Amino acid sequence: MNAVLDAAIWFAQACLAIATTFAAIRLIRGPRAQDRVLAFDTMYINGMLNLLMLGMRSSSTAYFDMALLIAMFGFVGTISLAKFLLRGEVIEP
Amino acid sequence: MSTVEFPLWAALPAAILLIIGGLVTVTGSIGLLRLPTFFMRMHGPSMGNTLGAGCVLIASMLLSSALQHRPIIHEILITVFIVIASPVTAMLVMRAAVYRTRVNEERQRKQATPLTAAAEGKQDGERPAAG
Amino acid sequence: MRLIPPVLLVVLVVMWLVLNSTISLGHVVLGCVLSAFLLIAASRLRPLQPRMRRGYVLIGLILNVFVDIVRSNIGVARVILGLVGEREVRSGFMNVPLDMRDPHGLAALSMIITATPGTVWVDLSADRKTLTIHVLDLVDEDEWIRRIKGRYERPLMEVFE
Repeated sequence: MNAVLDAAIWFAQACLAIATTFAAIRLIRGPRAQDRVLAFDTMYINGMLNLLMLGMRSSSTAYFDMALLIAMFGFVGTISLAKFLLRGEVIEP
Repeated sequence: MSTVEFPLWAALPAAILLIIGGLVTVTGSIGLLRLPTFFMRMHGPSMGNTLGAGCVLIASMLLSSALQHRPIIHEILITVFIVIASPVTAMLVMRAAVYRTRVNEERQRKQATPLTAAAEGKQDGERPAAG
Repeated sequence: MRLIPPVLLVVLVVMWLVLNSTISLGHVVLGCVLSAFLLIAASRLRPLQPRMRRGYVLIGLILNVFVDIVRSNIGVARVILGLVGEREVRSGFMNVPLDMRDPHGLAALSMIITATPGTVWVDLSADRKTLTIHVLDLVDEDEWIRRIKGRYERPLMEVFE
């Protein structure tokens, strides 16, 4: 049974790596700034999921905290980038 | 690789969920890459953010519960967080894109200097009264 | 002093316990104290308290939303992979007239619409009467309006108004 699970984890990790690569291409190529922000958003979520996969493969729960931290900081980062695009400043007076 | 033997009830659903999650996420990223306009590209990643992340996190919950012989629902926190956070991000990016597109169009239409067009765009944007 | 909203307190304490993955007495007490402090500190930021009635409607709504997320994921995947046949995919903005005025209900509606792939909430008019959304596969506007008003707005109005 473990062979099937290992194969599934490998497959999902490969998928997430490809997804992250596509997002990175969009990050580099993106014609306007909003494309880049969207690509950044996709990238951090894919990276977080990939980290969770790593935790599954090594059967450890230590990766959970890292994933939570990535999710929170990525959220704050994307919000402030989008806010900057919207107003030209992050914290309004 | 993992040396622990997972029971069948956890391993099989987790494997199926992982495969579905991986396929959904990669499809969303393909959409991000090859759809023609920004407003269409907007819809691609939200696939990976909802169903993709959900599948992977449920699989992770199943596996860690099977490993420790008690229900581990840690991952549900990340799920809740992503479910709350990703629509907020998408809405803000969308508003920013609409605003920037409109400013750009006005700038092109009026052929004015960039500075005045940006200032006008800012005035009729929905700035709250306190701003 | 303002009253602490009980539902929020319970949610925060449960979150603290899940994060620590324990239900020992010490952590319950610590979680209660921390959550109460946090809620008192935050109550000044949020003067409007939601009034929720008939919370059981939310269960059906959440199930509906889950089904819709899976269905629209399949729809968006078909558009992305080009499996929609010969027809041209037309995406665009559309307006939805709204009857709901409660800000909490509107917040929940915005979350639902944006979390469903294929639709993104763009803007709400200043008088809260018209909602603009962007749809990836805009085949029939009336179908979308019926879906949003019937499936999401009516249960939310039952709960929040």
